Amino acid sequence: MNRTSHPILSMVASRVGLGLLSLLIVSLVIFFSVSLLPGSYASAILGQNATPEAVAALETRLGLDQPAIWRYLSWLAAAATGDLGQSFAGRPVMAVLGPRLLNTITLASITAVIAVPLAITLGVICARFRGRFIDRFLSTSTLASISLPEFFVAYLMMMIFAVKLQWFPSMAGIRNSMDLGEQLYRMVLPILTLLLVILAHMIRNTRAAILSVMSSPYVEMARLKGESEGRVVTRQALPNAIGPIASVVALNLAYLISGVVVIEVVFVYPGVGQAMIDAVRNRDVPVIQACALIFATAYIGFNLLADIVSIVSNPRLLHPR
Amino acid sequence: MNKSHHLLMDDLVTRLRRGQLSRREFLARSSALLAAGAMSGLPGAVLAQEAAPKAGGFMRLGLHNASQNDNLDPGSWSTSWTGASFNGGVYNNLVEILPDGSVAGDLAESWEAEPGAKVWRFKLRPGVTFHNGKSLEVEDVRQSLEHHMKPDSTSGARAIVEQIETIDIEGSDTVRITLSEGNADLPYLLSDYHLSIYPALEGGGIDMESANGTGAFLLESFEPGIATRLKRNPNYHKNNKPYLDEVEFINITDATARLNALLTGEVDFIQDLDIRNVSMVERSGDFEVQRVPSLRHFTFDMDTRVAPFDNPDVRLALKHALDRDDVIEKVFLGEATKGNDNPVASIQKFHHDMPAREYSIAKAREHLAKAGLDQVNVDLSVAENAFAGAIEAATLYQRHAAEAGININIVQEAADGYWENVWRKKPFCAVDYFGRATVDWLFSTSYVTGAPWNSGWSNARFDELHQTARAETDEAKRAACYAEMQEILRDDGNVITVAFVSWRNAVSKRIGFGEVGGLMPLDNMRMCERWWIKD
Repeated sequence: MNRTSHPILSMVASRVGLGLLSLLIVSLVIFFSVSLLPGSYASAILGQNATPEAVAALETRLGLDQPAIWRYLSWLAAAATGDLGQSFAGRPVMAVLGPRLLNTITLASITAVIAVPLAITLGVICARFRGRFIDRFLSTSTLASISLPEFFVAYLMMMIFAVKLQWFPSMAGIRNSMDLGEQLYRMVLPILTLLLVILAHMIRNTRAAILSVMSSPYVEMARLKGESEGRVVTRQALPNAIGPIASVVALNLAYLISGVVVIEVVFVYPGVGQAMIDAVRNRDVPVIQACALIFATAYIGFNLLADIVSIVSNPRLLHPR
Repeated sequence: MNKSHHLLMDDLVTRLRRGQLSRREFLARSSALLAAGAMSGLPGAVLAQEAAPKAGGFMRLGLHNASQNDNLDPGSWSTSWTGASFNGGVYNNLVEILPDGSVAGDLAESWEAEPGAKVWRFKLRPGVTFHNGKSLEVEDVRQSLEHHMKPDSTSGARAIVEQIETIDIEGSDTVRITLSEGNADLPYLLSDYHLSIYPALEGGGIDMESANGTGAFLLESFEPGIATRLKRNPNYHKNNKPYLDEVEFINITDATARLNALLTGEVDFIQDLDIRNVSMVERSGDFEVQRVPSLRHFTFDMDTRVAPFDNPDVRLALKHALDRDDVIEKVFLGEATKGNDNPVASIQKFHHDMPAREYSIAKAREHLAKAGLDQVNVDLSVAENAFAGAIEAATLYQRHAAEAGININIVQEAADGYWENVWRKKPFCAVDYFGRATVDWLFSTSYVTGAPWNSGWSNARFDELHQTARAETDEAKRAACYAEMQEILRDDGNVITVAFVSWRNAVSKRIGFGEVGGLMPLDNMRMCERWWIKD
């Protein structure tokens, strides 16, 4: 059967197709919910200069007097060819978002490179020494840091490291003119905050995933064969817990791209989240659409990756009955 | 004691009452103050800001309203960010507003109006050059103004330039502006930050690409929504100015992040300090709170086309039923001055000083009775962004007015879209007005019949005086007209002014500045050429 000769390829193809369909639905929802928002770009941007004539002139120039469905379809047609269009202020959307997206990706990658290995290692340690001091300590402290809202963690970091100790700057407002060293130095506090937020989630899930495998009969068998407990955890349990761990890692990576708005605002970090807030405030629909598309792509992409990883790591899932 | 000592003393008393000072501290400080007053009696003794400006240095400003849509088209500007960095840094207008509120020549050396104030001639200052070395010419001025006058213009200055009929060039140094009707305030209007002078392009239009202005600074870098950096223009046309070598504008949206940036030395100045953080800044030794009296005022607007607001006596009853002192003490923590149902600020030219409107249940009842009512029910629309403290102010007002038989039902509207869906749409709502540099401009935007922001109020005598005053060049006669208009507004108008507020900023003590103008924010948008660094 052709289907089974390339099971991974056909699975990936169908997942990608579903992903694209989700993107389409997301863009539709975003476009029409933005038009449900009260107020318009013209009156938002003109502020206290908004006389009715000025508003009308601006709306005509931007084509906002056209029907919404027509505006959506022409946007979609352009987006399909990779052209995200012009922001209402006249700059190409990619010129507005490009540098912001780069900043967000830099922050996310550095955080991820530190967080993922650290979280998995700590999770494994917790599972190995279940119930001992290290496990209790990490479980309690991760529970505490999950319970704190992220802006509070951010202000706490700022108070300790920027105001009291004065080790790091309170503002992470990196700019093109700064060299890499200074940019990294300014990014320390946001990275630290993000680490605290996502580490907890990943550690707890890694621990739980391994422990659920640990109660299986084959682990019992390995122990009876006389393998050391450390080897049982890393060689027998961990490979079979990769699926659930991959999903929680994916969820956190997607969060790093799309969910760090609050941290960006607190640390004045010029990422894509701030750009989206700015666009929503101004009702700059093309930019909002592009941001939504980027965020949705990140979520769908990472989840797809997690699915593939867990299916590949567990051949049973490749051949569902 | 002189006046400034009185103010300080009042301040101590208020802080004692609010519990910010212990009784012991109060005694120590007040006796020190009394001793100082007895010894010196010098009027400027408490004003440290009188040293001569120093050249050099780098000033970093934490403002909060930059947008990723900011660009060099002056018609698109709508924030103090674009006003202070582009208009006040890179460009100039024909005129500028001095800190004391008077108007002075900038790119124009002098001007005169023909009788009737319909035809004006502006003579350019000789020897002014753009950053690229090109000298300023009359065509640049004409194109810069006409940029806002195109039929499909979306410029924020459209309402101003609509009064201009033609712009002609006379000789090599004079621009003649002909208005459709006389307006004695034209020089003031030309100080509007949109009306920056750009270099003209061959064949019409202005160069909005190269940031080539006549201003005190060159645009060094510009990242929309993030930061703008300016570098000193060595060939600036004003003596010694600017003092600073470099200025950076940094966008910090979050108020707490802004305060932190100041306290940790990341910036030297922050805009719009939150009321709740005032005492924190005052307690620290390195920073001070800067309060600049402004035109900005908070109001409750009534739509006079809708009952019961169509009855002038009901309006007066509502005006008398608000205890402004109570609102200022509890909501604005003393950081505001009392409104008088007159939208003209006391710092404004032609402000008419009238006895303060006092809270009086008796008078409110009296006016209700005149309207033939013993009680009245009204819906007051508010939102948290209508003005800072609007919901709290409305809640107090509800209690104040209840005694007079006025039942205020507070309607909490959505903050998002408040200005499109509530303001001028709901009959009674809270409003935040930034004011306008001249009385005429204020009245023509909001109070004459059919003005774009007027919510139905119309008074024939008011309109007539407005026409007379506008073309009148005799200052005394104008003042008389405006005084009568302000009385009409107070007694018949549709606006309950709750309070006037200051531009409230926090600034590091290493920054020097002279008198600070408040007709517009940020020293009339001219802070980067007027301020300096002391050390």
